[in-house]
Amino acid sequence: MAYNLKENVMKEDRFTGGHRMCAGCGCPIAVRTVLRALEPEDHAVVCSATCCLEVSSFMYPYTSYKDSFIHNAFENAAATLSGVETAYHAMKKRGKLDATYKFIAFGGDGGTYDIGFQSLSGAMERGHDMVYVCYDNEAYMNTGIQRSSSTPHFADTTTTPVGKVVPGKPQQKKNLTKIMVAHGIPYVAQTTFIGNFKDITEKSHKAIYTPGAAFLNVMAPCPRGWRYPSEKLMEITKLAVETCVWPLYEVIEGKYILSYKPKNKLPVEEYLKAQGRFAHMFKPGNEWMIEEVQKEVDKNWEDLLKLCDLDR
Amino acid sequence: MSIRERLSGNEAVAYAMKQINPDVMGAYPITPSTEIPQYFSAYVDNGEVDTEFIAVESEHSAMSTCIGAEAAGCRAISATSSCGLIYMAEMLYVAASDRLPITLAVSCRALSGPININNDHSDAMAVRDAGWLMLFAETNQEAYDNYLQAMRIGEAVSLPIMICQDGFITSHAIENIELEETEAVRKFVGEYKPQHYLLNKDEPMAVGPYSTPVYYMETKRAQAQAMLDAKDVIKKVADEFAAWTGRQYGLIEKYEMDDAEEAIIIIGSSAGTAREAIKQLRAQGKKVGMIKIRSFRPFPAEEIADALKNVKAFAAMDKDDSFNAHCGPIFAETCAGLYANGISGPKGISYIYGLGGRDVRVESIQHVFADLEKIAKTGDVGETYRYLDVRE
Repeated sequence: MAYNLKENVMKEDRFTGGHRMCAGCGCPIAVRTVLRALEPEDHAVVCSATCCLEVSSFMYPYTSYKDSFIHNAFENAAATLSGVETAYHAMKKRGKLDATYKFIAFGGDGGTYDIGFQSLSGAMERGHDMVYVCYDNEAYMNTGIQRSSSTPHFADTTTTPVGKVVPGKPQQKKNLTKIMVAHGIPYVAQTTFIGNFKDITEKSHKAIYTPGAAFLNVMAPCPRGWRYPSEKLMEITKLAVETCVWPLYEVIEGKYILSYKPKNKLPVEEYLKAQGRFAHMFKPGNEWMIEEVQKEVDKNWEDLLKLCDLDR
Repeated sequence: MSIRERLSGNEAVAYAMKQINPDVMGAYPITPSTEIPQYFSAYVDNGEVDTEFIAVESEHSAMSTCIGAEAAGCRAISATSSCGLIYMAEMLYVAASDRLPITLAVSCRALSGPININNDHSDAMAVRDAGWLMLFAETNQEAYDNYLQAMRIGEAVSLPIMICQDGFITSHAIENIELEETEAVRKFVGEYKPQHYLLNKDEPMAVGPYSTPVYYMETKRAQAQAMLDAKDVIKKVADEFAAWTGRQYGLIEKYEMDDAEEAIIIIGSSAGTAREAIKQLRAQGKKVGMIKIRSFRPFPAEEIADALKNVKAFAAMDKDDSFNAHCGPIFAETCAGLYANGISGPKGISYIYGLGGRDVRVESIQHVFADLEKIAKTGDVGETYRYLDVRE
């Protein structure tokens, strides 16, 4: 069935309003959109790592989730949900359950790229029938904007402050999506909020309904950490895609498929200048930083085109 | 009808697991508990159980999968030792606060460093405040029997339970054992029927909230109540178990305590050695006895205080040190129990022994009794914080 935004938003929300996430944050949008991709008749167990999402959406005695939900700790959303998923099979096998359940874990980049990486890798390798969704806001936002391995090159964070000697984060962002592809799982995709949400909605549906382990990496900007006005969220994600800083693609059974190729790839400055965390890169004498990032983005983009067989 | 067998402690626990046929096991190898998931995965792969086995990538994930599976509505189990237990420590607290009656078999081993694979109780004692019920076994038989009673106890009070035995000493040594018929085991253990669970399609549920100061303390108070309630449950389940098998257990076991003037309080396999030491000393006319702790959590403070009230001197034997420059955990808890029960007569010393597999001989225990005799005679307690059989 062709995608229709109006029909999609008419579906009942499984993640309700009234949670305490910041205005202009990408995370609750990612969660609501992913959960809306569930078929209405299916049940789900949602799991969240300890993160902004968890402390803002499940503060006793209130929960924002209409489905069953479990939070365990920071680094083990994948392992925890793999236990729930295994219990589902055990109960089915023993005739104790006759409903269909889907299993969806959410974690920020800290809980996914860093401290939860082992747990995630284990769950994906074991092939549990679940989706792990990383809402990637490129730093530890819940504790106050500390760098993670997902933080981009030169970004100003509270543990990579722009100083007199070190100009922000010295390292490039880890490419977790590719690492997840290397696990040989049936479905991996990278997405964000673009236009009518067709890309993220369709990828969420595929991730949930592809049997086996699936990984979805969603760029989910943070207005506090990235320093943009909250109403500019959709502009930031669009710029990330149009500059090829965050390409949209999916990998189905190991085959790379590019979801979107910008007609005119924008220079990386367009993305960087919209965010306070990169402001220092625009000071006189720091032009080299922008040039370096442009080179990195170009290389990553060329590599991706090759993987998608689009380089010729 | 009991079945006479010869099994190691690990195999006995794995066999109990097989008889119970739980829903989910999540486990990771570590010496000396490795054999338990090893035996169990053979049962799984040979179709002798239909448990779902998750071979996870760490102990942290082992306990995380158990938390997920138990919250989902299943009976979940694991097994570990030493650093593995400490690695899952964060999750042990969560399992207890989520009130998930997971069963964890622990083959106790020293903690690093220095790295050492042999027995002491530093692993289990390090997580003694995690909110888990903790039963300790002296023998393979007790490890098996405690395991058969574990789920009845944990599920009755909604608390997770550790079934501890001594690494290598009982986990690997083969002893005669009486096993029960599988059908009778399943009847005794029963079905797990949680009141609320994640996979109840008629009632979605949320587990593990962010709890502000307005609610956090009530959660902890409820946990404390469950631990208080567990004392009666352990006794009740033990009585039912005795009616079925003829093997009686309690919170503690008293040996030669009726007229004892000197006593030791001990836990785990060294109680066997102590029993022999006491037999020999009794033959010499010495009034010596032993209190063996079976339930460390809940701690049987009243029972121990009552058993000690008439002794002149006692030694609390800790196979672990708290490194508080003053005593081991059993001594601390025993003294608190005596004080709380208004008993101030007995003189007590703390003995740290058997660390990292240091052999505990009959003479070692007799040495402790010789110290106690001196204290009882002179009334002079001397140094209260002592190490046994150590080169200084």
